[in-house]
Amino acid sequence: MEDLVLTPGQYAQLWNGALATVRILAGAFALGLFLSLVVGVGRLSERKWVRGISFGFVEFARGISSIILLTIMVIAIPILLGDVFPWLRGRSVAVLGAIALGLNMGGYGAEIIRGSILAIPKGQGEACIALNLSPTQRLRFVVLPQALRIILPPMGNLTIEILKGTALVSVVAGFDLMRATQNLIAGMLAQGALGVTVLFINVLFIYFILAQGVNGLFRLAERVLDRRFEQRTGRSAVPINVAATAGS
Amino acid sequence: MSTNVTETDRTDLSDKGAASVRFRAVDKAFGSLTVLENLHLDVEPGERVVIIGPSGSGKTTILRVTMTLEHIDAGTIQVGGQHLYHEETSAGSLKAASERHIRKVRSNIGMVFQHFNLFPHMSAIENVMLAPVKVHGTSREEAQHLGMELLAKVGLAEHANHTPGQLSGGQKQRVAIARALATQPSVMLFDEVTSALDPELVGDVLKVLRDIAEEGKTTMMLVTHEMGFAREIADRILMFDKGRVVESGPPSQVLDDPQEDRTRSFLGAVAEH
Repeated sequence: MEDLVLTPGQYAQLWNGALATVRILAGAFALGLFLSLVVGVGRLSERKWVRGISFGFVEFARGISSIILLTIMVIAIPILLGDVFPWLRGRSVAVLGAIALGLNMGGYGAEIIRGSILAIPKGQGEACIALNLSPTQRLRFVVLPQALRIILPPMGNLTIEILKGTALVSVVAGFDLMRATQNLIAGMLAQGALGVTVLFINVLFIYFILAQGVNGLFRLAERVLDRRFEQRTGRSAVPINVAATAGS
Repeated sequence: MSTNVTETDRTDLSDKGAASVRFRAVDKAFGSLTVLENLHLDVEPGERVVIIGPSGSGKTTILRVTMTLEHIDAGTIQVGGQHLYHEETSAGSLKAASERHIRKVRSNIGMVFQHFNLFPHMSAIENVMLAPVKVHGTSREEAQHLGMELLAKVGLAEHANHTPGQLSGGQKQRVAIARALATQPSVMLFDEVTSALDPELVGDVLKVLRDIAEEGKTTMMLVTHEMGFAREIADRILMFDKGRVVESGPPSQVLDDPQEDRTRSFLGAVAEH
């Protein structure tokens, strides 16, 4: 068992890397969630041009591989747009990487939001019209509160995908958990391949723990939502036999 | 599109009294299927009109275009003397209404649906309070007071904090009626409001409709298959088929002494059940 443990110094480096990864993920998540909401709702707009722009964004964000988007964002964008947006110049790779991953997440997230809005029965919207609620009020007070329960599970999935995507930031010379690992490898090569294997087993485990953290947060959100629903209705929010479907 | 607007209804909408509804040459089609064809229809303030007819005849569409759930293809609809889908220009001609204008006129109309369409994440009282608070700017206290009054009126005061999932179909429909009444509409539309209910729950809902009719504050347009109730509540019955009014008159005439073959065969088919 001792063979699998690294030195405290190595763990300190991995810890810094993990913190950097979490920071990139948090930034990407915030931007991604915001874009998901705006673009997902925009995809269902009555205005054709809003639908068009939203559609274009979704196809762009989903269609470009994250590593290419990252490279463009980190290397090309500060040069191309630096004059127009001076803010972009001198930004760290972490910030630019988080933006790239956030754009990526927004494309997928928008489709999750759109799908969950469409899953709300049409009669709900008609009742809103009959009560003369504005389209914004309809969304805010009636549709989104009901859609949230449908949004959470796939959004949790997507967030874990983005967590794993943060490893790509190391490729464009950003510092994260993966980069910290590679730095360690460089110092270890002299000691032979066994050390590298142990290192990777440790890193694998750290990514797994991070993913479980994300999972846990989403599960907590779901439970809070369900409990609120149960308290008010006295019945389970999800009338599905969980035991029967857990294996699938 | 018809711009022939001769009648000017003087109903003042601000006092929220019953309002008239006037259809002029209204067309509505879904794709190649014509649902309303050159429909002319006048419903007077405070009048109770029951629309009957076979399914697919377009009777529900009359209510849905009045509520602006579907938009009309041609013609005009006026509610309380105000155009619903049009605005009058300074030159006196009509142009397509802005969303804002539609919302303004629509605030005089309320609707109750076959499948209730209550908001499942809100309690009964929250369902009733939503529009007064968010749309009409009523204070929460006042809206709650009004909402409790309305729930008491439909016999559900003790269920105010229950969510739709805890209510029976008949109770849900009565909450939905209270919710529609909370906006104090001048015109109320009832779309087969008892069709989705178990037979023993229909009575409570019909009783609430009778109470609304007795108060006489609103114009009522109802689509129903309850012929006994139609006879009792209607000032006028419209027999509707294939997008047109086949026959129109007081219940005693249309139900007991129909002049048209189509009405006779429809009533015969309904009576067999």
